[in-house]
Amino acid sequence: MDLTVIYYSIGILGILGLLAAVVLYVVAQKFKVEEDPRIEQVEGVLPQANCGGCGFPGCHGFATHCVQSDSMDGLLCPVGGQPVMSQIAEILGRAAVAADPMVAVVRCNGTCEARPRNNRYDGTQTCQIVHSLYIGETGCGYGCLGCGDCVRACQFDAIHINPTTGIAEVDEEKCTSCGACVKACPRTLIELRKKGPKNRRMVVMCRNMDKGAVAKKACANACIGCMKCQKVCAFDAITIDKNLSYIDFTKCKLCRKCEEACPTGAIHAVNFPPRKPKTEAPAAPKAETAAKPAVATEKPIVAPKAPAAEAAPTAAAAPVVTEAPAKPDTTVVTSSVETAATPAAPAEPTNK
Amino acid sequence: MKTFKIGGVHPHDNKQYSAGKAIQQVPLPKQAIIPLVQHIGAPAKPVVQKGDEVKVGQLIAEPGGFVSAGIHSPVSGKVLKIDEAVDAWGMKMQAIYINVEGDEWEESIDRSDKLVRQCALTSQEIIKKVAAAGIVGLGGACFPTQVKLSVPPGKKAEVLIINGVECEPFLTCDHQLMMEHTDEIIVGITILKKALRVEHAIVGIENNKPDAIEKMRQAAAKTTGIEIMPLKLRYPQGGEKQLIDACTGRQVPSGGLPIDVGAVVDNVATVYAVYQAVQKNKPLISRVMTVTGPSVENPGNYEVRFGTPLNDVLAAAGGIPEDTGKIIGGGPMMGRAMSNTDMCSNKRVSGLLLLPESMSVRQAPQACIRCAKCVQACPMGLEPYLLSKMAAHQMWDELIEHNIMDCIDCGCCMFTCPSYRPLLDYIRMGKGKAGGILRARAAEAKAKAEAEKAKAETAAAKA
Repeated sequence: MDLTVIYYSIGILGILGLLAAVVLYVVAQKFKVEEDPRIEQVEGVLPQANCGGCGFPGCHGFATHCVQSDSMDGLLCPVGGQPVMSQIAEILGRAAVAADPMVAVVRCNGTCEARPRNNRYDGTQTCQIVHSLYIGETGCGYGCLGCGDCVRACQFDAIHINPTTGIAEVDEEKCTSCGACVKACPRTLIELRKKGPKNRRMVVMCRNMDKGAVAKKACANACIGCMKCQKVCAFDAITIDKNLSYIDFTKCKLCRKCEEACPTGAIHAVNFPPRKPKTEAPAAPKAETAAKPAVATEKPIVAPKAPAAEAAPTAAAAPVVTEAPAKPDTTVVTSSVETAATPAAPAEPTNK
Repeated sequence: MKTFKIGGVHPHDNKQYSAGKAIQQVPLPKQAIIPLVQHIGAPAKPVVQKGDEVKVGQLIAEPGGFVSAGIHSPVSGKVLKIDEAVDAWGMKMQAIYINVEGDEWEESIDRSDKLVRQCALTSQEIIKKVAAAGIVGLGGACFPTQVKLSVPPGKKAEVLIINGVECEPFLTCDHQLMMEHTDEIIVGITILKKALRVEHAIVGIENNKPDAIEKMRQAAAKTTGIEIMPLKLRYPQGGEKQLIDACTGRQVPSGGLPIDVGAVVDNVATVYAVYQAVQKNKPLISRVMTVTGPSVENPGNYEVRFGTPLNDVLAAAGGIPEDTGKIIGGGPMMGRAMSNTDMCSNKRVSGLLLLPESMSVRQAPQACIRCAKCVQACPMGLEPYLLSKMAAHQMWDELIEHNIMDCIDCGCCMFTCPSYRPLLDYIRMGKGKAGGILRARAAEAKAKAEAEKAKAETAAAKA
């Protein structure tokens, strides 16, 4: 076999390769992008979750912005938190700005008992779709739909649907307050709130903006906009808008007076130790409160719920939401295309 | 026999339950709840107040804009309040509550059954009368009819197409209307022809209604310029664009309106309402609804005054059967299952379908096998598998690029999918979002243009 063909081809390819290398080298030198070396350093410190929780497109974007901006004001990597931010400040030779740690809070406490179902949904299990179709399986048009859009949005496995309540719950230890769930929730139930000293905080666990009677009918635990909490608050932290109370966490001093005043138990005090039993009704379930000391979920510690617990039996009679349908429980809601899409069944009558 | 060219499916029509059942009256309710939004466009503005006495046919809410429709009292009695009401899907809306007392009509309304053929009004007068009667398209979209009849300058209506297709399975209200009020509909068509100044009208009727085709043909033979066109059975032939294609062979461009190809489409029920408004001075206060289902005691066609609770309508048909799994407002293809039957009938609800549990259960969705059956079935030439994927990934801009706004919600894709994928669920959601984005963009562009105009004016004033 004549090997010259092979030698020639190797030679030509080699020369071509060399030429290309020279061209690439020249071009790379000529069009070199000068990047601040600190950007790479900062990026190395960041957690590389690329969650976008900081408000920038990924960790590289955040690092670039950190290096280019003059101060550290308002910059926070929610995933890395304060330690990462102080490391970045060190790299950049600036003073670190302390930011309050935040946590996502699902503002709904319409448990299965408080907010009974009056129909069944068998369509696509996505909150977005249920929300675009109708009010949901219960009578409350503002509450958690329980299909788990937030669960799918969370990159840190920090939010789950509680199977007993049917409501999304945040695992405080895992939550990095990146805000992905806030964007995912079609009912704007989730809010990033200050974690608070010793993780203690006050939250209005409801988003129902209906008038009191309507809200109460749909859910026994709903905020009815009665303004009692606003009256007892000494710090102007509570505002009532559209029949709904809201606690400003920058003003709240955690005195827990609003929680006592709330007639429906919509205001929750999270991670507080149980109250001393002196002011309490005898029925106050102390054992229950003691059972969960530092569990990092949004479960309220129960003491003030005593009045709500008493109110529950009377409320339990009320929550029939749609009275008239003879079989409200059997009515299933979806867009109904698929009903005809079971062609076997509709076709039957003619076959007979 | 003609039909439309692109896509379509053939579900069993299931019309045997209520076909041929004479139209019955549903008794008057004790309280009527009349929503202010019963049409596409701006909500109507109430013109009555709490405590006012109203008569049947009296205007109780005036149109809130050009694309809007007035609402007339379907009952006589006293206005209880104007307050929030909950619709069949639990959504809130403003509504007028009227406590019914007796059944006293406005004197100007001719309540006799006598057929009035002559109409001496001009085109403008007819359109005015249609607008005053609050007539909307009763085929389902509830688009105000006077807007359709007011042909925009620069365009010309060449043909009037009347929709007697009723392609939706189970529903028979239009069929029965054509059987019982044939002459009125023919007179209504001549009135609409006059209003639009067109010579030719085509009535499209699917060939599963041979009796209606025959009867309409006989009635149409008495006049000129009305052609009854039997159409091959195919869903969604009743869609406006599909019907134009089937009857004339013209295709409405993407994003266009029927008038772009010189056509105006109206449903037979709308035509009947036009007849009543123009010849009898009777505004739109009732419609014929089909209540049907395999286990319904008295399935049939019922004339229902707006504001009657759906529970009363269901009671007239023998109540909700034990085995009911879903109550669907409308037909099985385009209708939506309801969660609340306290809601009142209105211009939008064309039927109630009570499906037993066995027929209403969804199949578990499986993976897409890329068979492209949905693409074949889509009557708008879209790619449903792609659109649903994009909607699931919230790619709103890409959805707009792929013409999601052309989707007519017909459900052919989901009907035909062998993997039972919830295609329409996602597409509908995506369409809602994309529509919102487009509207916001349009509003922004408008505001920007106005600001620039104001700026230019101030600059001109200074100079």
